[in-house]
Amino acid sequence: MSGNLATVSYIGATILFILSLGGLSNPESSRRGNLFGMIGMTIAVLATVFGPRVTAAGIPWIVSAMVVGGAIGLYAARTVQMTQMPELVALMHSLVGLAAGLVGFASYIDSSVELSGAEKSIHEMEIYIGILIGAVTFSGSLIAFGKLNGKIGGKPLLLPARHWLNLAGLLVVIWFGREFLNAHSMAEGMTPLFVMTAIALLFGIHMVMAIGGADMPVVVSMLNSYSGWAAAATGFMLSNDLLIVVGALVGSSGAILSYIMCRAMNRNFISVIAGGFGTGGGTPAAKGDAAQPAGEVTPISSLETAELLKDAKSVIIVPGYGMAVAQAQHTVYEITKHLREKGVNIRFGIHPVAGRMPGHMNVLLAEAKVPYDIVMEMDELNEDFPATDVAMVIGANDIVNPAAQDDPTSPIAGMPVLEVWKAKTSIVMKRSMASGYAGVDNPLFYKENNRMLFGDAKKMLDEVLVALKS
Amino acid sequence: MSLMIGVPTEVFPGEKRVATVPEVVEKLIKLGFRVEVQSGAGDAANFSDEVYRAAGAQIIATAAELWASADLVLKVRGPGADEVGLVRSGQILISFLWPAQNPELMQQLAARGATVLAIDSLPRTLSRAQKMDALTSQAGVAGYRAVIEAANAFGRFFNGQITAAGKVPPAKVFIAGAGVAGLAAIGTAASLGAIVRANDTRAEVADQVVSLGGEFVKVDYEEEGSGGGGYAKVMSEGFQQAQRAMYAKQAKEADIIVTTALIPGKPAPKLISAEMVASMKPGSVIVDMAAEQGGNCELTEPGQAVVKHGVTIVGYTDLVSRLAKQSSTLYATNLFRLTEELCKTKDGVVDVNMEDEAIRGLTVIKEGKITWPPPAPKPAAAPPAAKPAAAVPAAKKGHGHGAASEPMPGNKLAVMFGVAAALFWFVGAFAPGAFLAHFTVFVLACFVGYMVVWNVTPALHTPLMSVTNAISSIIAIGALVQIAPPLAGGLPPGEWIRWLAVVGIVLTAVNMFGGFAVTQRMLAMFRK
Repeated sequence: MSGNLATVSYIGATILFILSLGGLSNPESSRRGNLFGMIGMTIAVLATVFGPRVTAAGIPWIVSAMVVGGAIGLYAARTVQMTQMPELVALMHSLVGLAAGLVGFASYIDSSVELSGAEKSIHEMEIYIGILIGAVTFSGSLIAFGKLNGKIGGKPLLLPARHWLNLAGLLVVIWFGREFLNAHSMAEGMTPLFVMTAIALLFGIHMVMAIGGADMPVVVSMLNSYSGWAAAATGFMLSNDLLIVVGALVGSSGAILSYIMCRAMNRNFISVIAGGFGTGGGTPAAKGDAAQPAGEVTPISSLETAELLKDAKSVIIVPGYGMAVAQAQHTVYEITKHLREKGVNIRFGIHPVAGRMPGHMNVLLAEAKVPYDIVMEMDELNEDFPATDVAMVIGANDIVNPAAQDDPTSPIAGMPVLEVWKAKTSIVMKRSMASGYAGVDNPLFYKENNRMLFGDAKKMLDEVLVALKS
Repeated sequence: MSLMIGVPTEVFPGEKRVATVPEVVEKLIKLGFRVEVQSGAGDAANFSDEVYRAAGAQIIATAAELWASADLVLKVRGPGADEVGLVRSGQILISFLWPAQNPELMQQLAARGATVLAIDSLPRTLSRAQKMDALTSQAGVAGYRAVIEAANAFGRFFNGQITAAGKVPPAKVFIAGAGVAGLAAIGTAASLGAIVRANDTRAEVADQVVSLGGEFVKVDYEEEGSGGGGYAKVMSEGFQQAQRAMYAKQAKEADIIVTTALIPGKPAPKLISAEMVASMKPGSVIVDMAAEQGGNCELTEPGQAVVKHGVTIVGYTDLVSRLAKQSSTLYATNLFRLTEELCKTKDGVVDVNMEDEAIRGLTVIKEGKITWPPPAPKPAAAPPAAKPAAAVPAAKKGHGHGAASEPMPGNKLAVMFGVAAALFWFVGAFAPGAFLAHFTVFVLACFVGYMVVWNVTPALHTPLMSVTNAISSIIAIGALVQIAPPLAGGLPPGEWIRWLAVVGIVLTAVNMFGGFAVTQRMLAMFRK
């Protein structure tokens, strides 16, 4: 295959990738979108393998590497549980980061392309930046994976003077970058490259360690964005437009997701990255005495919950991470099905940051066969709460906290929330009275029309379902 | 010479309504008529002679005098045996008559040579006729009163409450037959806070039931029960069996049952058997609105409220008269609208125009000749397909664009443009041409990505991440081109490069296959 043919194949692949992302605008077209993505990838890989830059000698290597990697990937995709999607995605980000780093090193060692002057400087700068982003993505994603997995605690790790540490790291990276560009031989360049890589890895770890559990959706989408930029940097490094385009698509996609997530929490992107939501930092001071809600919570039994649901005409369920942890989505679906057969108007209200990654709740509910047309976004049904008989909160806390609207001193003030307290009755399912990730007490629990159903979400919902059916 | 409208006192025992009310008397006089009302005609409905007189009516002492002088007689019930003898030739009578059930009365009236308009024979499907539809107005009153009677006999709240003294469950009301009376009962019971279920053999009323706050209970059997002209018809045996099963189930669950099932010209269908009554909770109430036609419940005793098996069965036949002022006012207005139609010239002279479809249907005797039944009315418009009672989800709103589509403040925009311009100048000044070509592609791709990704629905954000993840394994190309490049520099690629590239390919292949596969798995789950 000639170079030109390879190039037009790349253009075709680019178009297919764009269509693939465009297809996700609604669930109907999304399946076709994914197919476009696969075709695009196949075209791109085949055009490269049979293109001018790969000789026949490499094909056995490529095939065996592909088979090994593909088998692992397919196995992981088959066996992963939907509640573990965030972990899987984080892990995959780390692979992209690592691959970008390796390609960067290989590209530096590769002497088959001779460059000089400004072109050489630019090429080396691209390698340097490519490896930097790749390394940050790699280590950051691994930490995110650990945090999502529970292997690493969800609480932010806040080193003293952490901002100065980061700044120092950045300066060192820049200084070694200068060294690297001025290096006369490959051996001389290797040292700054390794030092920079080590710093980047540490920076990635430090950055994600400092972020609280509630901010995980932002981190996951931010790392998504980084993996895209890493691909784009590799594209510059190899002068490959396809990589640049794809990298830019993925990068901007992740950036937009991060932006949406930040807006949904009413937080500044920088402050999320800077970390410290929850414990430590300046937040406890903001938790003023006036904000301490008073009163008593009214507990409710699963039997009474079932009766409330039975008598309701309109129900909104607000799921949160607790539902995912308890694996309660299937029971939720059974209850939904039962109530829908009785003509109850039942809907789901999804907060953008519910769960641990964007759209996490939607996927869980879809897995449980909940029809997607009754799963609504926050903005779509927030004004319907006053006309709702029962609002059921399953394992969510901060996203239904009225303090975000009423209490300007609250750390989550201004964050858009689902106004469940406006429903005639709200039921909150929780294991205990502990506060959410934001570490903020929730005045909702003390409202007069609120009932607390304590216990494991799955167990309680099973009981509710039994009571409903009897 | 304008005509005299006469309104006699109703003679039927227990009938409290009156055919016109003072308010309407004024309107009739404006139409050019003179009005006379028998003394005491409105007493039972709380309209005294003085009020009628003040409205411009003459008060006549006896029925005989009134029938003798009136040209047009307005009544509620059809004339009793004594009244028939007072009917004069050429006189016009408007009242309920039920010609199908009362053939003898028809013969007698025809023999008197009068013109009779039976308000119950109105072709109800004409939209123009709705304002004259006394059946509807009276049935609405009856439906309302039926629920009030039920509430009176029922020992609990209708609405559910959560009080300091404990939880009160809402009453469950089942309404059999969603005609006008049934719908009125649904609306009344729902507004009192009860949980209302209703059933009707006509599937097209399901929407109306839901719109009033009720829940439509379907009979598990396919048959269309619309008998034309807006009335129900007799159903097949299979259907009736399924219907009985459904009623038996509802009887066990409901606290209150209101039955309104009537089939024109036939005895009321027996929907509630004695066993069903026995299966109801003690203290439950049945209001049988079809009591006059024999009742929908086997144990109904027309005209009385009885307690059987601990269930109060209300069989009052005078539900409308128990709300006489309201029903009289509505009935009087219906008759006034009819009079308007009869007297289009507004000069107090009546023209029974047999070309007019509504009047043709109403007129059962014209100058001593029986003109009933009228030629078949045009068939009712096809009923709209019954929509499922489940709530229609709210229209999908556009997502996510809110803040992004608002134009930025001018100064902020200027700053951003300035920064971008400086950056571009820097790139343009120092970077070589080859880099600029890639840079162009990069910037444009960012914008394409921006536009495309804003259109992704938030529900699909997780699949978006996994698919972008899969796509970003395009980095494989970087590894592929390094594994065995053509030997440009004369040197074979070093072992290091090869191994780095091989590992890179393995990693990206994991991503590539895994990412697409898991996305496919997720997307397959999204269903309506």
